[in-house]
Amino acid sequence: MTLKEVAVLLNARIIHEDGHLDKVIRHAFAADLMSDVLRLDTSEMLLITGLANLQVIRTAEMSDICFVLFVRGKQASPDMIELAKECNIAILQCKQSMFKVCGELYKAGLEPIY
Amino acid sequence: MEFSYNIEGGNFSRAGSASSEVKKILKQLNVNPSVLKRIVVALYEAEVNVVAHAYEGTMQVNIDPSVITVVINDRGPGIPDIELAMQEGYSTASPEVREMGFGAGMGLPNIQKNCDELSIESKINEGTKVTMTTYFN
Repeated sequence: MTLKEVAVLLNARIIHEDGHLDKVIRHAFAADLMSDVLRLDTSEMLLITGLANLQVIRTAEMSDICFVLFVRGKQASPDMIELAKECNIAILQCKQSMFKVCGELYKAGLEPIY
Repeated sequence: MEFSYNIEGGNFSRAGSASSEVKKILKQLNVNPSVLKRIVVALYEAEVNVVAHAYEGTMQVNIDPSVITVVINDRGPGIPDIELAMQEGYSTASPEVREMGFGAGMGLPNIQKNCDELSIESKINEGTKVTMTTYFN
């Protein structure tokens, strides 16, 4: 599914997209522990997280992850958005729990990395 | 090519900025993306370690046509038992570090996974020197 379809499905707010809206996403990974994200060999995925700080964007940058979805109503701060723009990383925010989001996206066809 | 960056202990808003600079350089050099990712993930883990545990540090990067060597030196408490620190799950990180999404005892093992050669030397109450080498091919 495309990033736009993810946003519509979850009624998510698009904070920054920079040409990513029509890009196809096949895999997703959900974590609040960035150390777990840094252990992944896969890059082409949506990162779903309830952790909102600058290191989430840094982790995405280092891992070549282009899509980050904040759940549980967590919000990206201005410095996070600034860094995401610099690194060309799309940011979405939604209010639902991580469990709900993962369930919805799995049902819609996104696949786990493992 | 040689580059050097300063790392500020405790300043999480800057953590990753040195690794980010190195990533930009390696991208310009057209390093294979999967090799590039391994290098920058190892660098970032090591940089976060300095921010999390030390007072200050430096990242010295040496890039040759076939290999990158990075030496990260810090002034800090040092690692009393390196073998123990290399074990997955062992961590001495503060609650603040854990709030940032790290400190689960996975950094050093992940550095080892993502570089070809790793050497760690440490002196208690002086600091730690981490040397990482990765070949481009």
